This record gives sequence, C-alpha cells and structure tokens, in this order.
Amino acid sequence: MAEGGETAGPGHVPVTLRVNGRSRSLFIEPRRTLLDMLRADLQLTGAKQACDRGHCGACTVLLDGRAIYACLALAIATEGRDVTTVEGIEGPDRLHPIQAAFIEHDAFQCGFCTPGHIMSLVSLLNAAPDPSEEQVRRAVSGNLCRCGAYPNIVKAGLAAAATLRGLRSDAAREGEDG
Amino acid sequence: MRPFDYAAPATMTEATQLLRDVAAAPLGGGTDLLPLMKDGLVEPSRLVDLRRLPGLESIEPVAGGLRLGALVTLDRIESDDAIRTGFRLLAEAASAASSPQLRNMGTLGGNLCQRPRCWYFRGGYRCFRAGGDACYAVGGENEYLAILGGDPCYIVHPSDVGPALIALDAQIALQGPDGRRFVQAEDFFVGVKESLTRETVLEPGEIVTHVELPAQPSGARGTYLKAMDRGAWSFALAAVAAQLALDGGIVRDARIVLGGVAPTPWRCPAAEQALVGATLSGTTAALAAARAVEGAQPMSRNAYKVDLARGLVERALARLMPDRGSG
Repeated sequence: MAEGGETAGPGHVPVTLRVNGRSRSLFIEPRRTLLDMLRADLQLTGAKQACDRGHCGACTVLLDGRAIYACLALAIATEGRDVTTVEGIEGPDRLHPIQAAFIEHDAFQCGFCTPGHIMSLVSLLNAAPDPSEEQVRRAVSGNLCRCGAYPNIVKAGLAAAATLRGLRSDAAREGEDG
Repeated sequence: MRPFDYAAPATMTEATQLLRDVAAAPLGGGTDLLPLMKDGLVEPSRLVDLRRLPGLESIEPVAGGLRLGALVTLDRIESDDAIRTGFRLLAEAASAASSPQLRNMGTLGGNLCQRPRCWYFRGGYRCFRAGGDACYAVGGENEYLAILGGDPCYIVHPSDVGPALIALDAQIALQGPDGRRFVQAEDFFVGVKESLTRETVLEPGEIVTHVELPAQPSGARGTYLKAMDRGAWSFALAAVAAQLALDGGIVRDARIVLGGVAPTPWRCPAAEQALVGATLSGTTAALAAARAVEGAQPMSRNAYKVDLARGLVERALARLMPDRGSG
C-alpha cells in the first residue's frame, strides 16, 4: 500500500480490506477494479459484471455500508475499508429478509440484476428502516432490470422493511425480557 | 485499462509533487475517470488518490456561508442540513444528479471536472474535443447537444452542481504546482472559444480543493429543476438553477443559470435584468424565461431544448413566488 508521497505499482501490490466481515489480503495491480477483485480473486460472483461502466447497477455492493458500483471503484482504493456483497448479508443456509421478500413477491424473472437490487435495498434499509414507497423506488433507481420486474421489486422492498422492523422490535423485547 | 501507478498522499505538498511529475490524474470518486480510462479516452500513468488529504471531506461554516471540501459526496450535499437550509438549490441539484450509487461515490469536485457526454467524444471519434478537426454532431446525432454557445464544438456541460454553484455565487479553491488560487464558479468553466479540449480553467497538476458558498442576501430562495429523458439517472436535457432575493414580492437580486444547453453552465444576464426590481409574477416569469433562451441557435435535432429550457425557467420562478412556500 502506498503511503505518503510514495507510489505503488504498476505491478502487483498488497492490499488488505474486509470483505463480508473477514479480513482479506491480496496482491493486485492498481488497475484492478473492486468488481474484478471480488469476482476473479475472491470467487464472490454475486456482484454481476454487465456494462462495467456504471450504467446498469448489476455490480452493486456496499462500501462502508453504502451502495456503490464495484465496477467504478479501484480495489486498491478500498484499502482498510469494509465491503459487503450479496454473499455476506446472511448465512449460507438462510435467506436475508430482503431475499425472502424477492421470492415471496416474484421480484425477478432472469435474476441477473437481483443481487444489485438487493444490495441497494440493504443500503436503504440500513439508513431508513421505515421507507416510503417513493424512497424505495428512488433507492433502486440506479439498478436496471431488463425483465421489467420493478413493481414487484418495490413491493418486495416495502415488505422486507416491515419484516426487518418486526425482527428488530422482537429482538428489543427479548432484550427487555432478558 | 492500461497499467498505472497509484499513490494516496497524506499531505497537499506530496499530492502536488506527485501530480506534477508525469501524466498523472487525480482520483476522487472515480465515477467518470474510470469509464474514461476503460474506454482509452484518457491514459494516465499515475493516479493520485485524494482521499487521505486532510479537510477535503468536511463541510464547515465560514462567515455566514459554508466551505465544502472537494471530496464531499453528492449524497452528503443532498442530505446535509446546513446546505438544505441555507443553499437549497445546491441540495436539489445534487439530488437530481445520477443514481444513489453514483451519489454515494461521486464528489463535488469530480462533478465539476467531469468530461462531456457527447456521444461522438465518448465513442472515440477524432472530434474537436478529442484533438481532431471536426464536429461529427453537426448534421449528426445532436439531440442532446448545445443550443447556446456552441460552434465549432457543441458539447453540453453535464454537471448539475455547476449551475447551482454559479447561481449561489460560489468560489472555487484550486491548488497546483504554483500554489493556491480562487476563481468564481462562473469563471471556472471554459467555453469552446477559449479551448476545444478542456472544460475548466484547471492547469496541468492543478486540483479543486474546496468550494466556498457565500452568505446569501436576506429573502434569498432558490430552486433547481432538471428535465430528463427518463425519471431518474440521466443527464439534463435542460436544467435551471434559479436563486432570487425577494423583498415582499419584489425581486432584489436574481441569478439564473441553465444547465445541459451549452458547453458551460449558461448564465442568463438578460433574464436576471428582467427580474431585478420587478414584482415576481407570472408575467415577469414568462418574460425572464423568454430572455433566458435569447440567442439560442438549435441544431438539426435539438430545437425542442429551446422550449424546454424556457419552460423550466418559468416553472422555477413560479416555484419561488412567495405564496408557494419554497425556501
């Protein structure tokens, strides 16, 4: 990692960041995008590569809790930061409430854009647990769905928000009881 | 992308040194730079990441105004209380830009320095903007291009924030190898008569470090309206940043700036003169709107922009009328 006035690269250089809660150290070229690093170096293929220009949203991941396009971030610039992909929002054998809501509300056809939409909704619900329909629509306005599942995506987002609020209040009650 | 080396300096002195030596480019959010590099339109041999420089992510009050670091993201501008309260049209402009992901990544400085979206320039044509000797949009695909201030190159400046900063009479702080300087937001952008290959006054190695929003006069209120070819995540077909100072219903000061219609954000002095001293009404709004697009010279496919820009100015002024409650 380049410190102070020093430069790193253009060959492979060490980078350390947290991915889905786990510290990962890699050797990469400075020109490696976060998306290529996730998919090719870490085999996390949930974030999809389509336009690779920030025009489609299929590569949406969280950087320090906020939705970004992984195709437009350099991996080296995420040194020390926290990245969450769709693989990291729930355990391997369980669905996150947003994922469950997508199934329940038929919020996809081909499914290619789905991880991106889900990560945009995770970002929204982190910041706004009780969003309006307009907020949900706006939260996924940076994700294209060529199958046109938008109305059901919005329904799924609102339903997932309600489920998550319920889980939180259950947890709070258990906390009081305990 | 071609290989490049990377540095993340912690001081401005180091950053300036790193930027002066080679074909270096500053890296902010990267949302415009990376696509330009992937398409081979710019090929820096070094990226200087500005993220570790002190103070570039801060929003702080100064003398009734605000000082914004160049790395403040559009998302923060959209949601910051001080900006929403005192400089509402800037929050509206940031909110109208791009998509949630891009607003989380994209920075104030980067939004001002983004390159034009002309289809021919982005498509790798050797046009004026790319150092060539023709504009392929004349008689070509020009529906998104300039109706004002073009000839011989008809790009439109894509920034939403730029028109808002000019309407707020902001100053932009620059740092380069020869030191620090300030320019008025209006003077930051360079028209096609001045240069065909750059859009700002930035010299090689020079970067935007801050934007200073001055205290606004009493009775100040403003708004930003943007017309797009879809409801979200698109560049302006036309946009207007309007900032007025009202005393009762009388306009004491007016700044009207169009976006998406000219190679720079386009200030409209004739529209401002039609407003100052007048009572803000439907009649004065219509007159000012007509003045705003005076001298427009549409291309073969973009005459619609003249009516669109005029309509936006009229609608923005209607929103700012005292009984409308817009602040």
